[in-house]
Amino acid sequence: MKGIIELFSDYTFQIVALGTGLLGVVSGVLGTFTVLRRQSLLGDGISHAALPGVVIAFLLTGTKNTEVLLFGALIAGLIVSFLITLVTRYTRVKFDTALAVFLSVFFGLGLALLSYAQRHPNANQAGLSRFIYGQASTFLARDVWIVAIAGLFVLILVFLFWKELKVFTFDPTFAQSLGYSRTRLDMIMNLLLVVSIVIGLQAVGVILMSAMFIAPSVAARQWSKSLGGMVLLSAIFGAMSGVLGTLVSSAYANLPTGPVIVVCASIIAGISLLFAPGRGLVHSFYRRYKARKEMKGKQALNA
Amino acid sequence: MLNPEFEIQLIAVLLAMACAVPGVFLVLRRMSMVTDAITHTILLGIVIGFFIVKDLNSPVLILGATIIGVMTVWVSELLSETRLMVEESAIGIVYPLFFSIAVILISRYAGSAHLDTDSVLLGELAFAPFNRYTVNGVDIGAKGLYTSGFLLLLNLIFVGVFFKELKLVIFDPALATIIGFSPAIIHYALMSVVSVTIVESFEAVGSVLVIAFMIGPPATAYLLTNDLKRMILYSMAIGSFSGIIGFRLAMFLDVSIPGSMAVVVGFVFMLAVLFAPKRGLVSTLLLRAKQRKTYHQLALLWHVYQHEYTDRANVENHISTIAKHLNWEQSKIDRIVASLVQDGKLQVRDGMLYNMLDASELEAFLFDE
Repeated sequence: MKGIIELFSDYTFQIVALGTGLLGVVSGVLGTFTVLRRQSLLGDGISHAALPGVVIAFLLTGTKNTEVLLFGALIAGLIVSFLITLVTRYTRVKFDTALAVFLSVFFGLGLALLSYAQRHPNANQAGLSRFIYGQASTFLARDVWIVAIAGLFVLILVFLFWKELKVFTFDPTFAQSLGYSRTRLDMIMNLLLVVSIVIGLQAVGVILMSAMFIAPSVAARQWSKSLGGMVLLSAIFGAMSGVLGTLVSSAYANLPTGPVIVVCASIIAGISLLFAPGRGLVHSFYRRYKARKEMKGKQALNA
Repeated sequence: MLNPEFEIQLIAVLLAMACAVPGVFLVLRRMSMVTDAITHTILLGIVIGFFIVKDLNSPVLILGATIIGVMTVWVSELLSETRLMVEESAIGIVYPLFFSIAVILISRYAGSAHLDTDSVLLGELAFAPFNRYTVNGVDIGAKGLYTSGFLLLLNLIFVGVFFKELKLVIFDPALATIIGFSPAIIHYALMSVVSVTIVESFEAVGSVLVIAFMIGPPATAYLLTNDLKRMILYSMAIGSFSGIIGFRLAMFLDVSIPGSMAVVVGFVFMLAVLFAPKRGLVSTLLLRAKQRKTYHQLALLWHVYQHEYTDRANVENHISTIAKHLNWEQSKIDRIVASLVQDGKLQVRDGMLYNMLDASELEAFLFDE
């Protein structure tokens, strides 16, 4: 117990936990919309696509400045989300297929560029691969500022477009009949998603970022029936996973932060699936058991 | 023996064809993202296998990876069957969890062993020729040639034997159930084949190229044909082509071979997206533009036809007033009128519009276009 209190007063821990917690809030909020729109895996595609963006930004500028690299990731993410929308809207290729193709092709492009960067004279590309797996433990106060500012931008936009996002999530046809442009809303949604993925890359990496979107929202869905409640809970669950994951990984040696955060988020989702009142598995098993017992009782009476 | 460059290309072609065969069914069943999930979770199978036998070259690792691959699909389906979440979310929860557990196990317990995530995820085809198969001391070719050849054969036999069943399960699972065979058995057989293919391929080409080879060529072929057999053949051809061109490109630019192959797969896919006859972006846009034009021509002709030789004809059908009645821009009116005049379907005399078609011709125009 004393160890945990000591940990909480540790400056590095405070910084990392603040960063991952904020990240959890942002991805929790946005994840709710992607999960409800049945686009949960879009985050996965965009996060893989960020790799060539990072490498190109590095090759063009030669710096390993986080802001520059993340800007590259942002551009690449926007391009890939645009391509996925284009292909699914104008051809018969389905969403999941377009996602899988662009994800692998962009990641492949990233690898090819990375191997090129390795031969790049006067440049040391070491450190670029931290974007693949993420290294929350290297978070600096400056990185937390990036997360905080970008996260605030995302949350403000969600707040401003709340009504539009809501109607598009639940009834896109009705929204279009009201005169809202689907293309414009898709663009806003993609922008928000890309921004929040990009700020998460440093902490949990390309591969695990998608889990940060899905697990907290699925957990929140079990406890709440309203969009507002779901978004709020999802943000709380996301923050909890971030802080708890950081806590556990700093308490033990050799525990990478990103994966531990994902495991925490999954445990929260698992508990919610089992024990949420009304919807949870335990409750529905109990209900079924009771119904069966009642049925037997009635049959006995009839006989 | 064969020279290494030729060997690499041959392995790439065999793998591309082996991946394309089950890939077609994944694309048609809308399960493309399963490949992404399995390529990540097999790491867990390898790690668990490694803990059991403590040997990186043991076939137990391959077995473990294959089992975990099928388990990924099975667990996600169990989750989505609770109806508490949709299928995509279930996959999106299961595979990062499995992957995270694998990474945690590696970094905590296997730090000293030569088991790192890079070698699993990234793979390098360039090293394939160094991994030789020898029988009685005689070199009989790269190991990759045998595994990829075996995979191709296995997948072709599987699809050949169960072609009818696979087709039925994809296009009409309800009928399949009624006729009396379980879609679930075919489904898990397909998933096992996918899992084996991914596990056997990633060593040579890395997980990224496995996804690209499995989904890219079938997605491209999907834009080119409606016939299942053709789709399989086209996918195999497109995959092989991308493998060879990707290799040449990688040699030319001196970059990662799997990376460059994946880029070529994407390039070929984008070509099909843009220019595929009938289903490509360009033909879709052209078709929509043509339909829009025909619709406007019809609407205008119909309006003219309705008001011709009535008292209001000079108000309704005058080129300067018709814009108000149809509620269109004047520039649009001018454009549509010009195109109709050119087709001989409309005449303009003193600013008045005259329909040149009789009722039956107008009807034919309406229904033929």
